[in-house]
Formats: sequence, structure tokens, C-alpha cells
Amino acid sequence: MKYSGFKVIKEALTGHKGWKPVWRTPKPKNEYDVIIVGGGGHGLATAYYLAKEFGITNIAVLEKGWIGSGNVGRNTTIVRSNYLLPGNEPFYEFSMKLWENLEQDFNYNAMVSQRGILNLFHNDAGRDAYARRGNSMMLAGADAVLLDQEGVRKMYPCLDFENARFPIKGGLLQPRGGTVRHDAVAWGYARGADSRGVDIIQNCEVTGMNIENGICTGVETSQGTIKAKKVAVCVAGSSSRVMSMAGMRLPIESHVLQAFVSEGLKPILPGVVTFGAGHFYVSQSDKGGLVFGGDIDGYNTYAQRGNLPVVEDVCEGGMALMPMIGRARLLRMWGGVMDMSMDGSPFIDKTHINGLYFNGGWCYGGFKATPASGWCYAHLLAKDEPHPVATEYRLDRFRRGAMLDEKGVGAQPNLH
Amino acid sequence: MIINHPLLGPRDAAEFVYKGDASLINRPNWQADDAAELFHEYLYLRDNPAGQHRELWYHEQGDRSWLIVTRNTLTHEISNVEFARDVALAERPKK
Amino acid sequence: MSQINRIEGGLINRSKKLSFTFNGQSLEGYEGDTLASALLANGHRMVGRSFKYHRPRGIFSAGSEEPNALVQLRTGAYQEPNTRATVTELFHGLEATSQNHRGSLKYDFMAVNDLFSSFLSAGFYYKTFMWPKAFWEKFYEPVIRAAAGLGRLSGQDDPDIYDKGFLHCDVLVVGAGAAGLSAALSAGRAGARVILMDEDFCMGGRLNVETLSVNDQSGSEWATQALAELSAMDNVRLMTRTTAYGAYDHGIVGALERVTDHLISSENKPRQILWRVYTKRTILCAGATERPIAFGNNDRPGVMLAGAVRAYVNRWGALPGKRVAVFTNNDDGWRTATDLAAKGVEITAVIDSRDGQPPVDVPKGAAIVMGGRIVDTKGRHGIRSITLSNGQQIPVDCLAVSGGWSPNVQLTCHQRGRPTWRDDIAAFVPGGELPQGMSVAGAASGNLSLSSVLLNGHDIGNSVVSDLGFTPSKVKASSSEEETTGISAFWHVRESKARAWLDLQNDVTVKDVKLSHQEGFRSVEHLKRYTTLGMATDQGKTANIPALAVMAECTGKSLPETGTTIFRPPYTPVAIGALAGRARGKDFRPSRLSPSHSWAKEQGAIFVEAGMWYRAQWFPRSGETHWRQSVDREVTQTRASVGVCDVTTLGKIDVQGRDAAQFLNKVYANAFAKLPVGKVRYGIMLREDGIMMDDGTSARFAENHFVMTTTTANAVSVFRHMEFCRQCLWPEMDVHLISSTEQYAQFAVAGPNARKLLQKVVDSDHDISNEAFPFMGCGEITVCGGVPTRLFRISFSGELAYEIAVPTRYGDSLVRTLIAAGEEFDVTPYGTEALGVMRIEKGHAAGNELNGQTTARDLGMGRMVSKKKDSIGNTLSEREGLNLENGLSLVGFRPVNRSEELKAGFHFISKGNTANMANDEGWMSSVAFSPNLGHSIGLGFIKRGSERLGEIVIATDPLRGGEMDVEIVSAHFIDPEGERLRA
Repeated sequence: MKYSGFKVIKEALTGHKGWKPVWRTPKPKNEYDVIIVGGGGHGLATAYYLAKEFGITNIAVLEKGWIGSGNVGRNTTIVRSNYLLPGNEPFYEFSMKLWENLEQDFNYNAMVSQRGILNLFHNDAGRDAYARRGNSMMLAGADAVLLDQEGVRKMYPCLDFENARFPIKGGLLQPRGGTVRHDAVAWGYARGADSRGVDIIQNCEVTGMNIENGICTGVETSQGTIKAKKVAVCVAGSSSRVMSMAGMRLPIESHVLQAFVSEGLKPILPGVVTFGAGHFYVSQSDKGGLVFGGDIDGYNTYAQRGNLPVVEDVCEGGMALMPMIGRARLLRMWGGVMDMSMDGSPFIDKTHINGLYFNGGWCYGGFKATPASGWCYAHLLAKDEPHPVATEYRLDRFRRGAMLDEKGVGAQPNLH
Repeated sequence: MIINHPLLGPRDAAEFVYKGDASLINRPNWQADDAAELFHEYLYLRDNPAGQHRELWYHEQGDRSWLIVTRNTLTHEISNVEFARDVALAERPKK
Repeated sequence: MSQINRIEGGLINRSKKLSFTFNGQSLEGYEGDTLASALLANGHRMVGRSFKYHRPRGIFSAGSEEPNALVQLRTGAYQEPNTRATVTELFHGLEATSQNHRGSLKYDFMAVNDLFSSFLSAGFYYKTFMWPKAFWEKFYEPVIRAAAGLGRLSGQDDPDIYDKGFLHCDVLVVGAGAAGLSAALSAGRAGARVILMDEDFCMGGRLNVETLSVNDQSGSEWATQALAELSAMDNVRLMTRTTAYGAYDHGIVGALERVTDHLISSENKPRQILWRVYTKRTILCAGATERPIAFGNNDRPGVMLAGAVRAYVNRWGALPGKRVAVFTNNDDGWRTATDLAAKGVEITAVIDSRDGQPPVDVPKGAAIVMGGRIVDTKGRHGIRSITLSNGQQIPVDCLAVSGGWSPNVQLTCHQRGRPTWRDDIAAFVPGGELPQGMSVAGAASGNLSLSSVLLNGHDIGNSVVSDLGFTPSKVKASSSEEETTGISAFWHVRESKARAWLDLQNDVTVKDVKLSHQEGFRSVEHLKRYTTLGMATDQGKTANIPALAVMAECTGKSLPETGTTIFRPPYTPVAIGALAGRARGKDFRPSRLSPSHSWAKEQGAIFVEAGMWYRAQWFPRSGETHWRQSVDREVTQTRASVGVCDVTTLGKIDVQGRDAAQFLNKVYANAFAKLPVGKVRYGIMLREDGIMMDDGTSARFAENHFVMTTTTANAVSVFRHMEFCRQCLWPEMDVHLISSTEQYAQFAVAGPNARKLLQKVVDSDHDISNEAFPFMGCGEITVCGGVPTRLFRISFSGELAYEIAVPTRYGDSLVRTLIAAGEEFDVTPYGTEALGVMRIEKGHAAGNELNGQTTARDLGMGRMVSKKKDSIGNTLSEREGLNLENGLSLVGFRPVNRSEELKAGFHFISKGNTANMANDEGWMSSVAFSPNLGHSIGLGFIKRGSERLGEIVIATDPLRGGEMDVEIVSAHFIDPEGERLRA
């Protein structure tokens, strides 16, 4: 079924009787070419691109809960490609280009909204680092603008320019950055994959990996044994738990990142702003809520909830940056469990077990990567070699000393 | 969260800085034949369990002691708190 | 026309009239009113517009669950959007306006949305607005954004202040209704430290709104008496206007006290206080929330929760309507009819969805319809009539609806608790693992009759305190008359053809839930996210359960099988300002001032933030109009004669113990074990992954005593790391560390005349001649007649230089002394800018180079990393990826055209190559104008840089536009042989 304004009108006039389920509810088959473990954004995108771009459709996506229940459903919806390192920037720019054509591609309005992302700096060293980064972005074909204080003030007059502890000196703007309606990304990919024959199986938890002689032949699930030529794990937040079923230890710790939304307000912030002197970033959703977040809580956890010190730290950052939000009320706070990797960058790689593939370690940057992650994982699964923009996301990079450490904080996951 | 410091009693976790898995106190021997591999495992690979986790916390806003806290990563329940130094001394390989 | 719907009775103070305005209209109420009760007393039924369809909205509830009656309170910078009128305490001079309409409240232009509602079904926007592609940001989205949102922020800084506080108690009782008061009495009488908090300004909960009696008193009289007893106890703290908004780990509860929200002005008092409460036990007595029944056009102003209707009548003497009907599925709904009838209000009908006999005596004159259904209502701006399933129309101006009561389980679910279903009360009750130390009592635990609530609160209070080791008092529980609480689940009227609302604020109807099911969005979370159910400011307190029931009906599963949504903090929304407290503006973070700060301020220094520190950036002199003039002069004067710079902010760590030398030998990558006493050595510290962590010097003052310096930025993290090494890695070592950053004031004295200057202040028994005190020497001396001093002959500037450290209390006078003594040498104070220029001229790495991504090898110090010993980072620094043949190295750069200005952030491309990422060979990390060389110079990293001295490469800067040719040169622009240092 093709979605369109015309279709919406037609259905409205005929009592909405013609809408079909956005995805089927199939029973798992005995065997698939590819099993994707994890029905989050990345897993569903992988299934979609495998089917659409690489012609592999005999696929099951296994989801232990409801699709989109992972971090694609609990993030702050930001998309951007403002990375520094050559191992990262081309990948995220590839992702950005996929975002820009996503809705037409999968015929679902995920509200990709390029209202710009502005990273503020507050001292000369910050400016220098952003200049280096902005040039990296432009050398990789992305867009970047370095703003001075006046430039920032024109875009965001309601920031604290007069009385700040760390005065705003300027910012690095990526005009093509913005936000996307996060749940709709999962649903759009699910719909696109389902319509190409992919079986999306919810409430199906993987409980074991079947590995014989170094070859992965399938998985055990709460709905029985399912065989597969290739098993592609894609369960950020639970990566260590799932990969431990294959006997693997990962360079990953699980941490909780809290996020916050305020009550609905009339438009006051056009784009995404990140504070450079504290942990705070914010955008305003189309519904009017201020969607904001900050730092991870900083201790290993699998609980999707955080604690008060970080809540207060984030709001302190908010009030330091834009004291006009003081009377807005925080409506809801939640937590997502992140795969915090040892250098802050992800993995899309084969494992030493034949037929077992791994995608994870996205830290708190997984949402923006969804399309490219899906595409590159599909590429790896279809061709058994990494996509050209994802060649550095290897599991052995620490052994080789080829870290992708954007922040320069080393093997300390809670600092990335 | 509240950490029950062995000397100072219950203190808010906000006074502490978190480092990670307590296995970080077991630094490999630099002269081992496979030192490179041992250090790689030591520094980069983690069990990352969903359940009991022994982990390092530093009382930065307090007495500057490093503690090993045993905490459940599903419930956040803390079942034990020890001085890391005591544990490190006890776990020293006998020379 | 004043208070036309005000009747006798209630807990308002009629001797204190308060005037206020709503949409500019002047109105009056009484002390004790809420804005909602005052509006109702004045006959205002319509107070706002819904989110999506802009339907008229009236007051729906009498508490914090209110979805409809949201107003903008106050004006100007004090403007406060989305404020629930039902919990806003009336004060004299209150100004409120309705929100979310274009044009007047009554004639809202946006109400046109309602006509197109069939096109705006759940999730319609996911299916359209995709063509043409560019129209989303340019057209569709701006229209949607402008229409969305509710209230408006002023855009001005919040003028109020907020405080934070910490409380500790044995027992926190959340909610001061019948259960909470009983529990608090039990706990308080036993001697426990008790905090009792309630969101209302008047404690008592539903005791204040019901006509049930306790111990033969009225409920509110009993509450008053209980409160009097509690407030007489020293071990009990009563907190009104305080909401426990979240339950966190280990018994910590977050609470918000509204201190001045009920006053016209805060008068410099904090508006709100955010409390963090450390509890041994918490008793949740949060009561229950009534939920509606969905039927056609059930959203009109005048359709209210039944319990709210009698609350307005009983507590506030405010009549929501003069002809009232009741629609209920339970016995409690009937109470509204009997209470109102007792006050002489006309009850036109009681419609009970259950078959059988009325559970109570029928109010006189009311039509009784057992097994009845309301299918529709009429009335454009407020309800005028109801239509029953048999077609009968009954004129009403208020319809009281009760679908039963849902225990307020929210706080029990903030951690791992998942509520469980009880068929007998048709509601979820607390279940699963409750937060540590939490018990639940009263209606919140599913006890829905007053007598059971009183007993339950009393008993739980006693059992909690005996758990804690207190002896419960022997006083018996208070009691109340028995009442009937029968209910038969009934969620929505299937016969209704018109839209039936579930979420009143976000306009989610029964049809939307059905469509959600039809399209496969069947799990609770999919339903929520697809339809926006429960995402409004009331968090679906009244909407979620009925909507789940509709979904359960669609799937054919039971309601508990369908599930419940996860409750997240906060229980009710919390102002961001309150969560931030005083940490805003200049007080966002602490300010650290160096010992020379006042002196520097007197000199007119410009300061710069360096972490928490403020450091003097430069010292402008009269006539200097641009910072470069001052900085160039400071550099020139220092290199020509002498300059003084405060370097106190560098981290200082005192290292002592028999194994101090061995310890440093392990934390530094280069050798330290054999450093002689009286000498300083430059050291590099690696992280365990082999990347540079920090650099600095360590001076050996005695066999077992070193003084280390770190960079300003890494002072804290290096100290933490060294404590880790000491306690966790090498616990057998005899070594102790103490941070002495703030105990010593330290100044660099640099320039050819540095020694001469110092000799003027150093006491004569200390010889600091070049022979006695050579480069990299250190010693403990005295200055100015006995001031204990540490002197280091080290240099960051490349000049003959010393760093002189005195106890902090002498810092101010030392800098004044040095400057006075230096007058004859034309001494200049210099700031961080000149410091930066000189270190770049000398080729020293600093923060821009030590960025956590570079190795000692990259910095040209690879050979310093000793292979002969174990030290942090040595092993992993040998990995191939950190030792690439075409790896980076730090070198100097100068523009081929010397008049061009270098900029940090340039990227380097070999001549002849296209500027793209594949050809990117490195970047410029630091630049400065060198007044000594007369042109711009830079430090940067480029592949194989040290082998490429003399090569011309392109420095590209697409970000700021342009590129230029630069030459790779040695990083040592000044005195490469180091002769000045040793002079």
C-alpha cells in the first residue's frame, strides 16, 4: 500500500477502513538466509536494505519485545554528521545523505527535519578544535559553518550572552543537521522490509546461539530453534549479554543515558543547540516539547532509568545556557541503555565465528547512524566485506592500536 | 545511589567518580611473553554482566580512597563495599 | 455579576476576598480557592482548547491529574505556560489567560481543525507531507509547529530563584489524606523521624472533599485534629505544597516544594525548593485518581469527573452546574448525586451502566437509568444536554462521570515495579519489586473505602516503624462508617457514533485506538507512540487505563495481558529552573581565583576562564587598543628583560615516601628513579593505552620527597589516576600523595634579567647564581626575610626562567614585591596569551597538542618512552597503529607569504593534491603572531612531519574560506640550541 496525501483523503472519506497493518505478524520459519537479532532501528534498517539493495529477502528480524523498543524509541532524535576523524566522518555523512532521501525511499514520513545543529564553544581552544572539525567535515563533503558570537546571537537571541560563567564565543553549525521522528524510523523500515518479504517476529527472544565447529548455524529462541546461514546481531544496549552466548567478550560497557522532555510549548527554539561548557543539548519537537539530554550517569547498568545528580546536572546546563527555560516544566524523563565502547566509536564486523556478525557499540550516537549502519551492515552480510565508509569499525582495532577516539579520552567508556 | 563507605558510612554516589570493572586492579605483567595481548584484554575487554558487578569508585569529594563496590547492574542494589587497596594487597600474587 | 455559582459551605475563607483576572476579565474568589474553583464559582466553564482539534475544554478534575484546564499564569518574564488551574492556589492579583487558540478563546480560528478531524486521524502525518521533498522544512513543518505546542515561554530569563535542600528521615509519608495522616500518626507516635508531604496547600486529601465522617467528626475536622497532633511532635515535619515527584535508588525521593507560587511575588525568596529526601522507609499514600468513561462528545466543558464535581461543591462551595447528571459504573459515582442533592442542587439523572438496583437512596426528582448508556452530548461551548442510547435527551449543564478509581501507583513503578491487575476494583495496584524501602497504604494500594484506608494507613505505619526498631504506640486506628464500593468495569459506550475521547488534551479518541490496532500498533508502547495517548502534560493519568481497555477489547485479550505503560518520573511536571537550583549565570560552576587575582584586577587585567579558574589573559596598558598590542608588548618585554606570570593553576602534587622515586618511575613514561636531589625533570605521562595523558615536571627536594606539576586542565584527573596507581596497582609501595595546588602560589619569572630580579628578593644566604642554581635545579629557600619558598629553575618560555612558589597566603604580596623589585628592569606582568605565544615560539606542546589523541611519538618525544622499565602505557604504546611509518609528527609552520595569518584548524594537503579527506595529512593545532619573528607561526601535526622540514604544503581552510602555502619548519622558532635557558 502506497501512502500519500491522496490516500489519506480517500480513507478519511471512507471511514479509514482500508488501512492495513503496517507489518505482518508471521510465525517464524525453520530456516532463513539471514537472521537479524534485534528489531530496533539498526536491525530493521539492515533488513530493509538487505531486501531492497542487496536482493536478500529470506530474512527474519527477531525482537524480544516490540519493534523499536530499544534506543530508536528512547533517544533525543538528533541527526548530524559533524564528526572529526577520517574513520568516522564519511560514514556519518553517508548516513546524512540517506536521511535526506529516506522518506521518499521508504514512503513513510519520518519527519526528517534539517533545522540545523549548533555546537557552541566558549574559549579559543574550543574554537580551534571546532575549526579543525569543521574543515574535516567539509573535506568529507559535509556542510559546516563557523559562527562567531554575533552569528550565534542572531540565531538564538535567548541564550545567556550577558551573565554567563562561560561566555559563548561562537559555534560550529551544521545546517543539514536536525531531528527525525524517531519511532517513525523504526516503523518506516519495518514497513519497507515487511513489504519485501522480511519476517518481523516480535516477542521472540534469542536465548542461545547454535555454534558448531566455529560455525554459527542459527539461534535458540523463545519461539523455538531457527536456523540461518548468517546470524547478524544488532542489539545495542544488550550486546554483551547476547554475544556472551557465543562466548565473546566485547570492548563494551552498558551505561544509561537519560533524556528529558518538557511540556508542549509554542515554537521558541528553531534547531538543535549543544552547550559547550556543560552537559546539555536541546531541540524542540514538532509537538512543542523541549527534548533535551546531557551526560550518561556514568556507572555500568542495564536499568533503563537514571538518578537525580545527572538530572540536576543537565538542568543546570540548560539554565546556564538559556535561563528562559526556567519556567518550562520537565514532563518526562527516561533512560536508555547504551553500548559504550572503549573509544566511543561503533563496530560493524564479522566475528571469529563463521556466520556470526556483530553490529553495536554505538554509544549514544546510534540514532543518527541508523540508515548507514543498516546499509553498511547489509553490505557486510551480503558481500562479506565492509562497506567503504565502514572499514574502520573492526573489533580488532584495539589490538592493532587503531582507535577511533573522537573525544580523546581513552579506554574509559563513561567519558566518551 | 548511596555507597556505604567502609570508614565514612553512607555517602551519596555523587561524591564519587566511577572507573569501571574491578578487574582493572589486576594489571598484567609487562614482561610476560604475551604482554601485548594481556594488556589488550585487561584494558579493553569487559564481562559487562547484567547482575552482580564488582566495580571501582573513587571518593574524590571525600577521603580519596578507591573502593570496590559490588552492585547489581539490573537493580542497583549494593551488596558489598571494600577498600580497593585491601583487595589489591590480598590478591597480590605471592612472590 | 459575581460568583454566581458560589454556594454555602466549604473550606474557603469568605472573609478574605481575592480578585483576579481571567483573559483580562476581573473576577473574585476567596482565600482557599484554587483558580479552577474560583472560575467555576464565577460560572466559567470553558477555559481552554485541546491540542489537535482545538475543541473547547473545561475544568475536568479537581487535582493534579487535570488534562484540560491549562492556563498561562502571570505575565512578562514571570509568564508560566501550561499551568493547571486545578492546583493553582488563588491569590490576590492573579492573572491567567487561556492558551492554544488563535483569536479569542470562544472563537478560535484553529478550531477549523475539528471540521477536518477525519483527515487528521491517528498517525496521519506519517503517511503524507512527503511531496514535494523540499516542502517539509519550508511549508508543512512550520505550519505544524506553529499549530502545535500549548502555552508560550516569555523568552526572557526566569527572574525567580530556586533552592535545593537535602532531608533525612526514618519515614517519609507521601500524601496527607486519610491513609497518610494515619500512617504518619502511627510513625510519629512511635518516635520515628517522620516527614509528611502533600501536594495540596491544605492537607487532608479527600477527607476535605467527602462528607464521610471519621470518629464521629467530619473528615476535615478529623484531619485538622490529626495535623494538630502531628505538628506538636518534634520528630515530625509537615510539608504542604510539596510533591514527591520521583523515587530513586536506595530510598532517595525527589520532592518539589512550591514556596511562593501562591503569592503574587516571590520577594527574593526562592520560588521553589527541590528537596532530595534520604529515607529509610517511604509510605506511599498517594490516593487514587478517578477515570472517565468514553462516549460520544464526552469532551465538552461541563463533563467532569464525578469526584471532582462533589469536591468543588463540598470543599469550595463552587457549583460546576445547576442541572447535573451523573454517569457511573460504580457506587462511588452515586455519592456525587447524593452530596449535591443534599446541597439542594438539581440532579436531573443518574445513569448507571450496571443493571440492577440503585446502590443508595435515589436523589429526589432524578431520573434513574440502570444499565444505561450516554451515547452523545450537545452544546458548542459547554454541555447543554445528553442523549441516552434510547434516544432520550436530558438537558444538563454539568455531567459527572465516574469510571472507577485507579490507585496512584506511579512512584512504585519508577524502578522495577510493574502494577498488577485486580478485577474486583477494576484497577491496577502496586506490584512487582517496589523501590527500596517503599510500602504503599490506603487507596494507592487498592483500599477504596475510607474505613479500610484509615486502618491500612495506621497498620502500615506501625509495621514500618517496628521494622525500624521503634515500638508502635497502642493508639487504635480511627474509623469511619462503612460504605459500598461496588464497581463493574465499563470503559466506553460502543453504541456511540460520534467521537469518544480518551485523551482529552491530545485528542485521542476510541476510533484512534481502534485504527492503531487495525494498523498493527497493538503493544501498549506502540499505541502510545502512534496515537500520542498519554503523552500530554497530564501524562495520561485519566486516559491511559480506559484506552488500554479499548485496545484490550480490540485484541480480545484481558486488560492486564494488554499491559500497562511504564511510569516515568516526574509524577507531575517539575520546572527546569527548580532542577537547576542556583547553578546558573555566574554561579553555574564555582570560580577559582589565583592568589594574584586582586592584584591583577587592580592592574586592569583581562581574565579568561581556564576550567574553573579565572586567569589573567593579558594586562592592557594605557594607549593599547587591541589585545595584540598588549600581548606583543608582554612577549617582547619578557624576552628583552623580564616578565612575571601567575602559574598557580598548574596542578601540584606532593609525592612522599620511601618508594616515591620508584612510584614516579612507574607513572612517568621516562626514567625518574635516578633523578638527583635538587634537580627537576620534565616528565611525560601516558594513559594505559599509550596515548599522552599529561606532561609536567617533578622536582626532587629530598630522597623521599618530590613535587610534581601537572597541566592546569589535567590537575584533577592526574591526581585521581595517581591515587588509582598507588592504591590499586602498587599497594605495597610506600608512597603518599597530596594535592597542594591551592596551598602554593606559584609565579614564573622569565627573561634575561630574571635572576637579577630574583636576587633582589631572595634572602642573602641563598645563592641562586648560574653555578649554584643551574638550569633544572630546584631548592627550598627563603625570600623577603624568611618566607619559605620553593624555587625551580624551569622554563616554558624558552628564556632564563624560574618558577617561585610560596605558601598561598604570601602570593599576593610576592607578586607585588616582584613587580616593585623589577621596576628597574622594566618588568612586565604577562598573561596566558603571552605565555601561549612564547611556548609556541619555543615549540612546547600544550592542551591543543595534548588532546588525548596524540602519542609521545607524534609529539617528537617517542624516544623518551623507556623500554627498560614498566610504566603506565609503555606496553600498549608499542601497537602498530600508534607507530605507523607515515604517522603524524609535531612540527612548526610558517606562511610562505609572511604577511598571511595562520589559523588553528587548517588542514594540510600536499602540493598538487585535491583538498579532500583522502588527501588530508594533518592539521594546525596552535598559532600565534611572533613579535620576535614579525610573522605568524604555528604548530601542527602532519604525516612524517619531522622528515619534511622545508617542504611547502597547502594549508586549507574551507570552513572560513581560502587556503595558503605554508612551509614545514622546526617547531623551535626561538633559540633552538637552548642557550638562553642555561644563561
